Amino acid sequence: MVGIVLVSHSRKIVEGVFELVNQMTRGKVPIGIAGGTPDGRLGTDAAEIVEQVKKVDRGEGVVVLVDIGSAVMSAQTAVELLGEEYEGKVKIADAPLVEGAVAAAVEASIGSDFEKVLTVAEEAKKMNKL
Amino acid sequence: MVITKEDVLKVIDKIVEVIRENKEYLTELDSAIGDADHGINMDRGFEAVKQKLATIPENSDIGTILKTVGMTLVSTVGGASGPLYGTAFMRAGQAVQGKTELTEEDVVKIFEAALQGIKDRGKAQAGDKTMIDSIEPAYKALKESLENNIALPEALKRAVNAAKEGMEYTKNISARKGRASYLGERSIGHIDPGATSSYLMIKALADVINLL
Repeated sequence: MVGIVLVSHSRKIVEGVFELVNQMTRGKVPIGIAGGTPDGRLGTDAAEIVEQVKKVDRGEGVVVLVDIGSAVMSAQTAVELLGEEYEGKVKIADAPLVEGAVAAAVEASIGSDFEKVLTVAEEAKKMNKL
Repeated sequence: MVITKEDVLKVIDKIVEVIRENKEYLTELDSAIGDADHGINMDRGFEAVKQKLATIPENSDIGTILKTVGMTLVSTVGGASGPLYGTAFMRAGQAVQGKTELTEEDVVKIFEAALQGIKDRGKAQAGDKTMIDSIEPAYKALKESLENNIALPEALKRAVNAAKEGMEYTKNISARKGRASYLGERSIGHIDPGATSSYLMIKALADVINLL
């Protein structure tokens, strides 16, 4: 199954999104979260993102969902740090965090492959709300 | 002129000290146009660097030292300056991998790799009101001075002056990257905190080299 990692400056944001998504997929999808700094401030930690990617990797790829600011750059740094071993197997979705995470996790839960999960996550940004 | 590993460690110590001294000032600059955490974040990051460097093996080369600085920053700074400066130091480390001494040419390589790292990571250019507005002019001044056979200490002084001018210039332009870009033209009139921390680091480097 494709794994998912949620990244935000705020620990509470990723905990909340995790709760929401996990309920919808009934715990079937491996989901990691990285939010806040090791000492509990708002912020992102690229090394923690690396750890979470490794944790949820089941050999079928990992989609990373990010919110704003340093979440994007820290996720990119993490991808760089993961190196060749993970090349093409871990990608950041160009998608909103909450909507993208829901879409990606539901797609992953029905056993779709990496590219499909990524595409569905990215389509979430086109979702009309009204 | 040869720069030893001990000199590099002195430069890093100096950076830690200067960031500490300017913690409130950097946060104050950031509270005008950002999220008011630059000084605190940088201080936490460099304090962690200091602690981390105290534990690395004695025989580590300069490349390893710089990469360790970068890895520590990406993990502990928190804000955007973490991945930006972290990438800068990691790339600088790659550029001088395995070296225990640096030549003038290596110093240029370090600047070049750091600048490119920040550009790759942040996708910003000169004039966007970022760190690049300090670092790029400093890099150019350093390179040009060394090409004209000016000694490294003097070349670094020129780099500091160029960085200072670049930093001050950020006051006159509007932000196109980061949190400050939400303010658009309202960011004019404020110096960029990232350009300021970059200037402070370049100045710390020059000050240490000038005392050797």
